[in-house]
Amino acid sequence: MVCGLTGLAQAQQPQQNFDDVKIQVTPVTKNIYMLFGAGGDVVVQVGDDGVLVIDTEFAPLAPKLMAEIKKLSDGPIRYILNTHVHGDHVGGNDAFFKLIPRNPDAPLNIIAQANVLNRLTAPGPNGEPGASTAEHPGFPEDEYDTPTKKIHFNGEAIVLYHEPKAHTDGDSVVLFRGSDVVATGDIFTPDRYPFIDLARGGSVQGEIEALNHILELTIPDHHQEGGTYVIPGHGRICDQADVVEFRDMVVIVKDRIQDLIKKGKTLEQVKAAKPTEDYDTEYGANERFVEAVYKSLGGK
Amino acid sequence: MKKTGSLLLLLAVSGLPALCQTDFVGEWGPLFHEDYPERFPGPELGDYMGIPINNAARLRGDAYDADRISVVPEYECRPHGGDYSMRGLSNLRISEEYDKFNHLLAIHTRMNFDEQARTIWMDGRPHPSEMAPHTFQGFSTGTWEGNMLSVYTTHQKESYLRRNGLPRSDKGTFVEHWMRHGDILTVVTSIRDPVFLTEPLVRSQNWRLDPGQRQTRTYCEVVVEVPAPPGAVPAHLPGTNPFLHEVADWYGLPWEATRGGSETLYPEYQGKAPKPEHVPAACDRYCHCGANGGPCDLR
Repeated sequence: MVCGLTGLAQAQQPQQNFDDVKIQVTPVTKNIYMLFGAGGDVVVQVGDDGVLVIDTEFAPLAPKLMAEIKKLSDGPIRYILNTHVHGDHVGGNDAFFKLIPRNPDAPLNIIAQANVLNRLTAPGPNGEPGASTAEHPGFPEDEYDTPTKKIHFNGEAIVLYHEPKAHTDGDSVVLFRGSDVVATGDIFTPDRYPFIDLARGGSVQGEIEALNHILELTIPDHHQEGGTYVIPGHGRICDQADVVEFRDMVVIVKDRIQDLIKKGKTLEQVKAAKPTEDYDTEYGANERFVEAVYKSLGGK
Repeated sequence: MKKTGSLLLLLAVSGLPALCQTDFVGEWGPLFHEDYPERFPGPELGDYMGIPINNAARLRGDAYDADRISVVPEYECRPHGGDYSMRGLSNLRISEEYDKFNHLLAIHTRMNFDEQARTIWMDGRPHPSEMAPHTFQGFSTGTWEGNMLSVYTTHQKESYLRRNGLPRSDKGTFVEHWMRHGDILTVVTSIRDPVFLTEPLVRSQNWRLDPGQRQTRTYCEVVVEVPAPPGAVPAHLPGTNPFLHEVADWYGLPWEATRGGSETLYPEYQGKAPKPEHVPAACDRYCHCGANGGPCDLR
């Protein structure tokens, strides 16, 4: 879903009534939960050190999300991690920042890969000034531009991996090493085709590499199920077997489109060939996905 | 006195087991009177007969390359789904679990193949939310209809309807009806899949009670068997699968009929089916497969 924070020149806040949205809370492990309202999946880790939140959905849902988090833990929210720049994942950052009490003994860190902040503050297409961190205190100013960023919180190591040029150029996959849980952001969306955001640095090759990396991070328990749980950007709690099905779909579609490009087909001819026809009933017909793969592969 | 007597009667009645419920507990060996070639040696590539698939499922089957099971390491130890497990490829153990009030809490099944264990909850609990994880065996609840057990299963992972690439999505659900006549267990399954089926797929399987059966362990370890670039996924490009006409040519069947779909399931189709393009002069393949319990020789 392509959405943006209020004030961004490049995307619009969706016009949606959130009054009737109820937050669903699903336990993943003994201290990790998945919350879902109307945007991307939110991940919450609780423990003696406080609360860590991955992604914040949309601003109007922040009070409801905070209320559910409060039921899980009285501890302070110490970390907000953003998996990528889209508004259905960072849209609630400012609202969360305003709702979280300031506590110098338990400061709040908002972390994302450097390209997230770069894109949030980028000038508009017509040269208008970009959003500023002064106006948006929820922007992830604790950036990282190394391959990984590591935290130790609530008794476990947490590793953020930068997945370059996948869904966007600022994607992070988050591994909870002790809990054996991976949060993938929109690199993995089992209920829909991946949105490869070319305008924000995404590519199908990077998407496949990121999915392969997620498979390396996950270890199933008995006969290919259970073990490492995977929380996608949208959709239900998964494990390695679910990621494999999704990865295979992306590879197979990529291979088909690549073959058509080799045969000199134009984009319209590729679309007419319906390279996703056997997957459309599962993921929903989406020409944008075909177009993104075509352009990623150098199709003209 | 009257109240005490009523109370005693109520207490006595509540301790009685429910009537008309069948005992399925035991070790069961699969019988292959039905569909032996498909269930045991395995289906031919491109054989979609008898399955009410839509075109998406058909194209998935056409793209399927069985190399995927060995080239993609994550498929090596992948077990059957709950619905396919009940296709009876493997020995079955059924056991029961009671709560402290002697109420039947759950029926458990264990398939020997890949040690697939399933719990059929009998206590009326609801199915999990749509956000809960899926498993290969799914989440099952059961109810009695007289002496027949009806089971409803949701939350399965993506799997297959047939072992030649016909898929079943993770939105698929299935209902089973278990019936016991003497030492024979008959399970009728009805699979619904809004993604790949145009109507329910109904199949039946039989099992015989085998008190001497002892299940074994199935160990599976994932190893890289075939060197391949990282993330390689074998699949046939559209229109390139060379094997799809085999089942029609080998068995003298109309090609269109082998493509499956609802219309081909019903007797009326016989009058409409085109003529086969090729009919072998004599049976050439699986001529005596499963007949009188015999082997399934290719020739």
